[in-house]
Amino acid sequence: MAKAAGRVSGAKGSGSKAAKTIVRRRKAPPPPAITKENVDEVLGHYRQMLLIRRFEEKAGQMYGMGLIGGFCHLYIGQEAVVVGMQAAIEEGDTLLTSYRDHGHMLACGMDAKGVMAELTGRIGGYSKGKGGSMHMFSKERNFYGGHGIVGAQVPIGTGLAFAHKYRGSDRLSLTYFGDGSANQGQVYESFNMAALWQLPVIFIIENNQYAMGTAVGRASAQTELYRRGESLGIPGVQVDGMDVLAVKTAGDEAVKHVRDGNGPMLLEMKTYRYRGHSMSDPAKYRTKEEVQRIRAERDPIDHLRAGLLTAGCADEAALKTLDREVKDIVTAAAEFAQNSPEPDAAELYTDILVEA
Amino acid sequence: MPITITMPALSPTMTEGTVATWLVTEGENVAPGDMIAEIETDKATMEVEAIDEGVLGRILIPAGTENVAVNTPIAILLLEGEDANALDGAAVASPVPVAAPEPASEPTPTMAAAATAATPAATDVIVEPDWPSGTEMAAMTVRDALRDAMAEEMRGNDDVFLMGEEVAEYQGAYKISQGLLQEFGPRRVIDTPITEHGFTGLGVGAAFGGLRPIVEFMTFNFAMQAIDQIINSAAKTLYMSGGQMGCPIVFRGANGIASRVAAQHSQCYASWYAHCPGLKVVSPYTAADAKGLLKSAIRDPNPVIFLENELLYGHSFEVPVLDDFTVPIGKARVARAGGDVTIVAFSISVGWALEAADLLAAEGIAAEVIDLRSVRPLDLPTVLQSIRKTNRCVTVEEGWLSCGIGAELSARLMEQAFDDLDAPVTRIGGADVPMPYAANLEKLALPDAAAIAAAAKAVCYR
Repeated sequence: MAKAAGRVSGAKGSGSKAAKTIVRRRKAPPPPAITKENVDEVLGHYRQMLLIRRFEEKAGQMYGMGLIGGFCHLYIGQEAVVVGMQAAIEEGDTLLTSYRDHGHMLACGMDAKGVMAELTGRIGGYSKGKGGSMHMFSKERNFYGGHGIVGAQVPIGTGLAFAHKYRGSDRLSLTYFGDGSANQGQVYESFNMAALWQLPVIFIIENNQYAMGTAVGRASAQTELYRRGESLGIPGVQVDGMDVLAVKTAGDEAVKHVRDGNGPMLLEMKTYRYRGHSMSDPAKYRTKEEVQRIRAERDPIDHLRAGLLTAGCADEAALKTLDREVKDIVTAAAEFAQNSPEPDAAELYTDILVEA
Repeated sequence: MPITITMPALSPTMTEGTVATWLVTEGENVAPGDMIAEIETDKATMEVEAIDEGVLGRILIPAGTENVAVNTPIAILLLEGEDANALDGAAVASPVPVAAPEPASEPTPTMAAAATAATPAATDVIVEPDWPSGTEMAAMTVRDALRDAMAEEMRGNDDVFLMGEEVAEYQGAYKISQGLLQEFGPRRVIDTPITEHGFTGLGVGAAFGGLRPIVEFMTFNFAMQAIDQIINSAAKTLYMSGGQMGCPIVFRGANGIASRVAAQHSQCYASWYAHCPGLKVVSPYTAADAKGLLKSAIRDPNPVIFLENELLYGHSFEVPVLDDFTVPIGKARVARAGGDVTIVAFSISVGWALEAADLLAAEGIAAEVIDLRSVRPLDLPTVLQSIRKTNRCVTVEEGWLSCGIGAELSARLMEQAFDDLDAPVTRIGGADVPMPYAANLEKLALPDAAAIAAAAKAVCYR
């Protein structure tokens, strides 16, 4: 009688470090009042939001004229999110987002001309016309895309955080995604690794209420998206994403938390997009009245404008000057985007591989 | 009757191992579940439990004995009521393997044929080596060559790091990363959760951020979970960014056929990745190429898919002893010169092709064997040069023929060497089926030297 030696009990050695952070669900801190002390900063926010709004309106118009092709996802309504967050970070911090990316590019200081020329598919665009609306990048401005696959930017943003930590730098990664992406598996894979390795990343969910045509409640079993990191110990905060000062204040707190080496944090920005998911959206999934009501009651730009005037920190004339400046930038961008030539045919075969 | 304890097979490809330590001594009682010995394979060290209750009567293979074949008796267990006298008969009793016996017509395990064929044939003459003549050579396994390549590059560049499942504390599921954690520490040798999609994307982000990640997939079968990040993020972003965003990253791991692991764990992905612009795809056969190409891949500013083969990991080849030896990506190797027919292969199929060349030589046919080494970019000039001489071509791959590497080569040869061909290009590859588990069916699903030789004879009209 003979038998092979028995069951194999497995290789030796194990041991892993569990995430240490205790879940802290916090209330968003209250936004500051507008005063003479912060008025310049607030006017800066106003101007940035207005730039995004006017740029996107122009892009929509140019799309209608056939100057922009393919998919074009406008950021109108959500301006306070990126402007508030960008105001909270420092030079060298990186950011990336999905395909609804024009606002992020303008907010991080990329040139409106280069962005618009990319929309028109011209050589003067940030990607020489080869990326289009959804795929633009600027290493110089620490903007890492512009990603077309829903949720794919989340592990990439986590990887940028990994690179910051690996290098021993105190920079952090802002990783933006939507309520639609929030149900992708790779988002949770990223949450897990970010928490496990205590990576310097702020996950920002721009909850604009609709994943294309599907309302949050129709796609998410748990609609309080700021709680999505709870089981991994990632603190989450829900923020009024229509109020740039509320965003900035929550952003400041999150940046401090992450930069102090406490690992990732999750911010859910409750926001709203006025336009369709893309330009070809019939918008049958919501009523015109709903959009009108939010525009009238919660518009981030109108809200801030009223606040500035009420506080007596700016007058109509000053705001008009800002309006004109922004309009001029957008007009120049639109002109540039139409006059910049299409990429040379030889560009078809460039940038496929880096020549070693 | 006493129980003969035999050397267990601890992995699908294990044929022998080392009895590292005995955890019980002769005369000691053992109960089911007790650890009785530590067995070391080329992949891992594992503890072995007793199944039966009894007294360890005799240790037949002392601790420290290497190369103990699977099923060799290693100890004798006396059952209740038996005394040492029973040992005399038992020690000579031939062991019965636990596994179902192989059919009488096939006395060797199925994959042994493949594994044997992978051993470099005596005629594996490297026609134009990638190192100066007179260079000192040393025998090295593919496994050690891959490890050395990573270690050398990590020593030279702090931006290079390794991440993947079980790469650190476990020392690699296939022991490829043995010793790397000890040398480079947990900052640079990183165990990931089982989360291919996530850690692949994280690696891509780290590469965008300027690091040079080596992402190990335990096998490329699991990279299917992550293929969106590999293609859509790693391969395409340089183009989509107008040249701004390079992605210097290596995705490496076991690809292709394994042994008796069936359809989901035994598949070649060479043609999948070779299809996509923005990637480089390499798949070496020898240890020298494994080392030289992996070093080149780590230095390459582009995403490189590095396809290894589990069955080759334990095979030794001559590797040049040089401080910094690299092999250029995109350059094939003439593994054996011959004037009658060209056999083009890559990875494990090079071994089969060389074996076929031996069979053909016995019949007076001189086959030239080309080891592609890279499948994207394809070194067509080297293949064309050979075809102009032989006017005949057989392609070999382990994967499916539809839209495969052989299909691509056939098309390109038709376009560029139509007038040089005296016979149609013939493709040899895996059967067009998901890989079966049954030993006999698995064997039928794979190409072998005989099939390659037959195809070569056919294109020679012999």
